[in-house]
Amino acid sequence: MNILNLLIIIPVLTVIGIVFTKDFKGARVAAAVGMTLQLITAVILVISFFAQRKAGITGEFLFLSDFTWFKTLNIHYSVGVDGIAVWMLLLASIVVFAGIFASWQVEYLAREFFISLILLATGVFGFFISLDLFTMFLFYELAVIPMYLLIGIWGSGPKEYSAMKLTLMLMGGSALLVVGLLGLYFYSSAAGPVTFNLLELSKISFPLAMQRFFFPFLFVGFGILGALFPLHTWSPDGHSSAPTAVSMLHAGVLMKLGGYGCMRVAMFLLPEAAQEMSWIFLILATISIVYGAFGAIWQKDLKYINAYSSVSHCGLVLFALLMMNRTSMNGAVIQMISHGLMTALFFALIGMIYGRTHTRNIDQMGGLMNVIPFLSVAYVIAGLASLGLPGLSGFVAEMTIFIGSFQHPDTFHRVATIIATTSIVVTAVYILRVVGKLLLGQIREKEYLEFPDAKWYERISVVVLILPIAIIGFYPSYLSSTLLDALNPIIERLTAML
Amino acid sequence: MDIASFNLMRNELILVGIVLILLIAEIFTKNENKHKLISMGTILFGVATLINFLPLPEGQLFGGSFQTTRITVFMKSILNMGGFIVFLQSFTWLKREENNGKIGEFFILIISTLIGMNFMISSGDFLMMYIGLELATIPMAALAAYEKFSEKSAEAGIKLILTSALSSGILLYGLSFIYGTTGSIYFADVVSNVGNNSLQTFGFVFFVAGMAFKISLVPFHLWTADVYEGAPVNVTAYLSVVSKGAAVFIFMIILYRVFSSITAVWEPLLYTLAVATMTIGNLFALRQENLKRFMAFSSIAQAGFILLGIMQGGQLGMTTVVYFMLIYVFTNLAAFGVISAISEQTGKENISDYTSLYKTNPKLSLILLLSMFSLAGIPPVAGFFGKFFLFTAAGAKGYYILVLIAVLNATVSLYYYLRVVKAMLIDKSDNPIATFKTPWPMRISLLICVAGIFFIGFASFIYQYISNISFGIN
Repeated sequence: MNILNLLIIIPVLTVIGIVFTKDFKGARVAAAVGMTLQLITAVILVISFFAQRKAGITGEFLFLSDFTWFKTLNIHYSVGVDGIAVWMLLLASIVVFAGIFASWQVEYLAREFFISLILLATGVFGFFISLDLFTMFLFYELAVIPMYLLIGIWGSGPKEYSAMKLTLMLMGGSALLVVGLLGLYFYSSAAGPVTFNLLELSKISFPLAMQRFFFPFLFVGFGILGALFPLHTWSPDGHSSAPTAVSMLHAGVLMKLGGYGCMRVAMFLLPEAAQEMSWIFLILATISIVYGAFGAIWQKDLKYINAYSSVSHCGLVLFALLMMNRTSMNGAVIQMISHGLMTALFFALIGMIYGRTHTRNIDQMGGLMNVIPFLSVAYVIAGLASLGLPGLSGFVAEMTIFIGSFQHPDTFHRVATIIATTSIVVTAVYILRVVGKLLLGQIREKEYLEFPDAKWYERISVVVLILPIAIIGFYPSYLSSTLLDALNPIIERLTAML
Repeated sequence: MDIASFNLMRNELILVGIVLILLIAEIFTKNENKHKLISMGTILFGVATLINFLPLPEGQLFGGSFQTTRITVFMKSILNMGGFIVFLQSFTWLKREENNGKIGEFFILIISTLIGMNFMISSGDFLMMYIGLELATIPMAALAAYEKFSEKSAEAGIKLILTSALSSGILLYGLSFIYGTTGSIYFADVVSNVGNNSLQTFGFVFFVAGMAFKISLVPFHLWTADVYEGAPVNVTAYLSVVSKGAAVFIFMIILYRVFSSITAVWEPLLYTLAVATMTIGNLFALRQENLKRFMAFSSIAQAGFILLGIMQGGQLGMTTVVYFMLIYVFTNLAAFGVISAISEQTGKENISDYTSLYKTNPKLSLILLLSMFSLAGIPPVAGFFGKFFLFTAAGAKGYYILVLIAVLNATVSLYYYLRVVKAMLIDKSDNPIATFKTPWPMRISLLICVAGIFFIGFASFIYQYISNISFGIN
């Protein structure tokens, strides 16, 4: 059987398993077992994928399988992965795995919590393996129910408001997507029967007028999930109200769905319109980057800081994609992975710190380095990765992006790049400010002395996220070169008409 | 005409038989045994539902007045299933003391409306269609006023009968013009004489207006909320699912069969009605507190979505509409089942009463949650497939702007469906509805609904079957 189906079957079986557990202990063990299996499957998938590549199998997508679903509409359940998707799947399984351990202490309606969390993850895995746009959209929408419940029930702060805002804005995004997908579907009739299949759609060159009409729907539809300015406002509220694991999964992986979709569907299938309209979205993405970074400076709540920083970093992903050359797009995908790990680590640590101090306001904390050294050091590592310190993944991603985007000889792209680079400095400001106030200095409260340092499950969660950040930082060439191979078809199609 | 050809009217004849059996049975049951009529009626009706799934030859009777095709048989089956689920859900309500004397009536009236709907769907001329329509409407008013000592119920009954009379009048007025210009009431003859004639267009617009009353499209929807609120919950459920479904089916059949040559007239008309219905229905649903009114506006909005499918005009359009209605039956009846169970137990019908329902009645609130998400069109439940295919039908016509309006409306609708979910799962309450045990007929009905909500979406063979038996203009 195709290994990709396992990535759907394991979470579904895990959910069924959790239904039969009795209390929160059983539920979390079941979830942990399931997601460990999922992580192992993802690792095996990556290894066997590149083993096949090495053996000389050159098809763009491997592990293909196809099953006709709605015959008259030519809708298939069709799966396959390329060099980008396998890495995204690995990223997703790492983040979910870490998320389970970061929410080890959830006791309130624990079974429902883990079921929703794993259903949310199922949507993500399904999205990355789907080749049929209908199935892809189905999995994308699958995240709506659990997301609303997770934030609404287990969240903090103005959770009802945030959950509603996030759900409705993302639904609005998928509303645009429906129009775009139907446009692709019906215009594919030019080359045979109508189809949702990505591979077949990518062989068609759509008429320019049609591309102009549908590209904004698809790009903005996915862009909302990728926090495209000015439609990013769900992100700060949503991420700060969500429970730890959901913030991790949402900022770490779901926002990458947006970037991935922009690249894989909008730009890949409608390349001429992408070329033509990139400048509009480039301006918006540049605003996202700078605005997000400045927004983070003013925040006092740790989660808000990180949410705004996510807006900035995800803006960088869209920015790099829209630069549309090999180097920058390569950087964009590395940034997706790097930011996914980094922001998940951040949110995990914030959750753990909040569990001890019961506040997320940085003005009310200080000197944590003395009492919880393990978590504090991890926080510093996440911070340094975020501001782009060499040796960690953030540096690799940002350098690649900026080198790539500066390759454009014209003024517009260069000015945009220069403006975007200022975010590096601003990022350093807000990261170092938090590190200084939160971790260093005098211990603020006496009760801090009684704080236990990281428990075993917290350590697992943190280590599993730090390891890949460091590996990518020190040895980026394998990831980078495999991504470049996978990007080739996309870049060829994008630049074919230049 | 030989005896065997009566087989074409199988479902109608069986239903008439059940009505007669119940009438006679009611005479011979003593007062204290009246409640046995409930099980008897339900079981007989369940058998009829099952029988209608058996294959049937296609053909026509009475010189084309009555037509049986595979799609009409399937449509009747959808309505039968809806009726059967409603009967299951009415068990405890009918067992109440004040209803003891009128159990037989309930079954007879509902089955009579079903007979009317069946004749309407199978009709081959306007006369048969009109008779069927009236038979489907007049008992409905009696049903709405079933709790005759409740003011609201009586009000619902009188409102329903008055608006029905008005809409029937409008419909007949329109039909008279069509008869006058074409010289026939038979669909087969009318179709060849329909053309670019302004008198005909005039008559056609009145016909659409008359049908719009029955399907409760905006601006002909004003009766809906009051009637839904006033009528007993189970009657409301029947009204919103079966009654509406039948009207949608016959509207679609006549548009496709009779008015196929003037698509240029009805497409813009339906376009406008669809936009108005979706938008107004949604905007009014946003602020409803009473769940029955809430479901009324929700069902108005859903009718707007259905128009997207009808408008397509081809085989795809009919398939998506029938498929959507099939899903809608299970989804809406699941919601009404929960509402009815709770209203039966506690008499509460407001969204705010449902606060913290998950704590006390987790199963009921999960079912309501599923049906809310199915109505909103969120996967993995079937509503997603139903809605997406309706959008596909509109997209096939190239109405991308209409699709956009529809999908944005679906987003707005998610807001109010989430309000119910929020009340049940998120909001905290000091005195939530106490835990209670749902009676077993209700359980069975909810189980059927949930199975339907999960199964129909993924089961592509159902879609395939509908697609094979559907017909379109081209």
